[in-house]
Amino acid sequence: MSKQNSSNKISRRSFLKGMGSGILSTATLTTGGLLSKEAAARILGPEGEAIRGRTTITLTVNGRAHRLAVEPRTTLLSALRDRLNLTGPKEGCDRGHCGACTVLMDGKAVLACMTLAVDARGKTITTVEGLAKGDELSPVQKAFVEKDGLMCGFCTPGLVVAATALLQENPNPTLDDIKEGLAGNLCRCGTYPKVFEAVQTAAKSMRKGG
Amino acid sequence: MAGNHKSGAKQAPEQQPLRVVGTRHRRVDGMPRLTGEAKYADDIMLPRMLHGKILRSPHAHARIKSIDTREAEALDGVYGVITGKDLPVKYGILPWTQDETALAVDRVRHVGEAVAAVAARDEETALEALRRIKVEYEPLPAYFEPEDALQPDAVPIHPNPKKKGNVSKHVLLEFGQVEEDFENAEVVIEGEYFFQGTTHGAIEPHCAVAHYDAQGFLTVWSSTQIPHYLHRELARVLELPQNRIRVIQPNVGGAFGGKSDPFDLEFCAARLSMITQRPVKILYTREEVFYAHRGRHPMKMRYRTAVDRSGRIRALDAKILIDGGAYSSYGLVTTYYSGQLLAAPYQLSSFRFEATRAFTNKPACGPKRGHGAVQPRFAMEVQLDKIAHALGIDPIELRRMNALPPFAKTVNEMQTRSNGFLQCLDAVEKASNWKQRYGKLPFGRGLGVAGSTYISGTNYPIYPNDMPQSGVQILLDRSGRVTIYSGISEIGQGCNTVLAVVAAEQLGVELGDIRVVAADTDLTPVDLGAYSSRITLMAGQACFQAAEKLAAQIRQSVAKRWECQPQEVVLGEGQALHISDTDKRVPIAQAFIWAEEDHGTLSAVGYWQTIKEGVHGEYRGATIGASPAYSYSAHVAEVTVDVETGVVKVEKIWAAHDCGKALSPVSVEGQIEGSVYMGLAEALMEEHRVKANDTGLLDAPNLLDYRMPTALDTPDIESIIIESNEPMGPFGAKEAGEGPLHPAIPAIANAIFDAIGVRVDELPITPAKVLAGLRAQQHQAAATPKTARKKTASPVESA
Repeated sequence: MSKQNSSNKISRRSFLKGMGSGILSTATLTTGGLLSKEAAARILGPEGEAIRGRTTITLTVNGRAHRLAVEPRTTLLSALRDRLNLTGPKEGCDRGHCGACTVLMDGKAVLACMTLAVDARGKTITTVEGLAKGDELSPVQKAFVEKDGLMCGFCTPGLVVAATALLQENPNPTLDDIKEGLAGNLCRCGTYPKVFEAVQTAAKSMRKGG
Repeated sequence: MAGNHKSGAKQAPEQQPLRVVGTRHRRVDGMPRLTGEAKYADDIMLPRMLHGKILRSPHAHARIKSIDTREAEALDGVYGVITGKDLPVKYGILPWTQDETALAVDRVRHVGEAVAAVAARDEETALEALRRIKVEYEPLPAYFEPEDALQPDAVPIHPNPKKKGNVSKHVLLEFGQVEEDFENAEVVIEGEYFFQGTTHGAIEPHCAVAHYDAQGFLTVWSSTQIPHYLHRELARVLELPQNRIRVIQPNVGGAFGGKSDPFDLEFCAARLSMITQRPVKILYTREEVFYAHRGRHPMKMRYRTAVDRSGRIRALDAKILIDGGAYSSYGLVTTYYSGQLLAAPYQLSSFRFEATRAFTNKPACGPKRGHGAVQPRFAMEVQLDKIAHALGIDPIELRRMNALPPFAKTVNEMQTRSNGFLQCLDAVEKASNWKQRYGKLPFGRGLGVAGSTYISGTNYPIYPNDMPQSGVQILLDRSGRVTIYSGISEIGQGCNTVLAVVAAEQLGVELGDIRVVAADTDLTPVDLGAYSSRITLMAGQACFQAAEKLAAQIRQSVAKRWECQPQEVVLGEGQALHISDTDKRVPIAQAFIWAEEDHGTLSAVGYWQTIKEGVHGEYRGATIGASPAYSYSAHVAEVTVDVETGVVKVEKIWAAHDCGKALSPVSVEGQIEGSVYMGLAEALMEEHRVKANDTGLLDAPNLLDYRMPTALDTPDIESIIIESNEPMGPFGAKEAGEGPLHPAIPAIANAIFDAIGVRVDELPITPAKVLAGLRAQQHQAAATPKTARKKTASPVESA
């Protein structure tokens, strides 16, 4: 199916995704002549059909440094979930549409499925697992609990992280600011009204220093 | 147990104030979801686990001439490759229409149909293996509209010597004197409507992990909402005894009906695990989720409604053409529901519906929140709005005068009981300030109303049997902990919380001391699953019954030690208390210990089986749409329409829902809000359809092009809980998860008419359709004398 789609037209997403998964980027790199044949061969497998080369990087996640060997095409989401067993960030679409994989990178909300692991080197990553300090939930988590701002919970890690980033940037958001700030996080249960309440509650408690 | 239904519902004695039921507590399973700790199917990683991928058809309809998997099998890192011949047994959720195979056998019927599957060391290798499978197809004529599929010379999509053509199901039912009522009618309103297909769009893609162990025991973890039916179908297709299969449903990230069929990935993961002797995981891509579908059926509906000048509805004649997609799925039920659930919440003196479901070469449709009833409800409620305008009656008043009273039988002989429909209408009328504002808002702003009803579970299980529809077992621990075991399927709707609330109320423990172990076929008694809004009523009753037995044992043991009567012992707030002697109180754990000393290990079961006699008619199809209880809803929507762009903005929706007793009001509000959100999406935004180029490819198989409402699109929602007391429900409760979706769509459509005088009877109501309506209105205004008011009935209105 995806083959058919991409043969019709390359959408922005399939293009970006292709970059992420390495298939298109391989073609781009080799045909564009940006890499020597040897360099390309180091990245490509013996038959050139898939990237098998690995590079060792250090990822700082939730305050801990992890050294791991990743392929250039490995997304941050895959590194977190499959390599570090941090399954809080969720794979809802793998195309940057749903926001379920949102994590903090140097304090800003990013989509882990649209970020390459190698591009996260030297940055500070926080996933939903890293928001609480020990048993003490973060103010945003507390507010989500208090307002019951979740149903199935699948989008929740992304929403909580996005709300955390939002409040760091704007400690006193209006309702419209909140809607705008969370518009990249789809919640199919439609929990939005309670999520908005939770974010307002969190903002209030954070302003009080809670 | 006969006593369960003969005595009607179990309810707490009137004099006992409720301590947990109806309080604003939080859901019991929220915390792990907020910390990232909760495990969903894709979060399961097992040692030696392989990753599976599925090869899918690029053709909408084709014969498979050959499949060559040799190159895939030869690829390093590939452990198993399977095709249709490895899983040839047909299955289907309804035993009468089992027309699916896990992998296509000889023929593919829609783009995206599974053809082969691979297990490999990682997803990339599995994908590479798929590219090496060679399939030779011979394309067949493909049909994307039901009318085309139903042409007499159309190639049958499911060749069947006993049945010609592409009719999946045809139903014609007539109640009362329809023709006579139309002949005597003072006014007849006719309308044609189209409800576009939409899909569930749960944020969690489908995922299954299967592990066939050395003892020949198969465990399947799946993001399903029907673990019990999946258990049965796995046994059937894999040809394994059911008692060697264990189905576990981990946390599920939303379902909305989209996980209520067995899917190819569950069978493929299981077969691949059996072949490779390793655990196998298959996770759908988002694109695969769109092609798996089973969502809302597109329906074309032609209605005639006969009314008196006073506004009294006489007769309804509904003709419904249903686009089923390539397989039956729940289609037989959908076809009946499209008419059977139309008769309430109004009193009709006669009713006829003819519904035809056609096979087409598209992903199969199935049940989506409000299964089968949302589309016909849209048409019905817009018809009522047209009637109100034609007769000059207030639309809320029109619904009031036609409302079915409580404990009435519908024209199609369904027995209803509690009914808070009038209270719903009153509530939204008041909250929206309807009387002062309806019909009086400036051009471009309007109000609309609609009502609806829905089932609280189906009377009958999907496969005929006389066993309970829901079982609950409760175990009490000496520590004061209560563990509830049930096959119920928590998909985010809050059913774990419902059972915990019921047990906490009965046993006097705090909610935090209750653990719910759900949906594991090795551990939990059968519950039929999360469909048809059945769990609160059915599992709630089963839980009530089990908890009541244990509460009686505890009271008896406490009474023995306090030398009083058991009815003087109250269980609440984590204690056993004497009703009048305030010195007598012990922690509930002590009461459990006393009871265990007297009665032995403390455990009890409860179960629910719906009353079958006298609740529906005797005609063929009478059982479909029969429910132990019906919920009712009424919404008022307020919209603004930008007449330059045609963009409709829903400013606010007031949604009143009669859920019987609200066991968990915060969860009920959540269900109302989520329903309104999803209804708005179907009214204005979402379309699950194939491209117009006859390829059978979906137009929008991703979350960007398929226009789900975001935080920005979600309107202000005021949810209003109406509490009727349902005699069949636990503490008087009935459903809240699906019913409140129905009226949102027609309420928005009717509000648009109030705003600009334009009827758009085809969903979704896009800006282009609104502008076309406005243009047609201007043409008409230009052609007629300028006596028309600001808001004239538009010529696109079929009335």
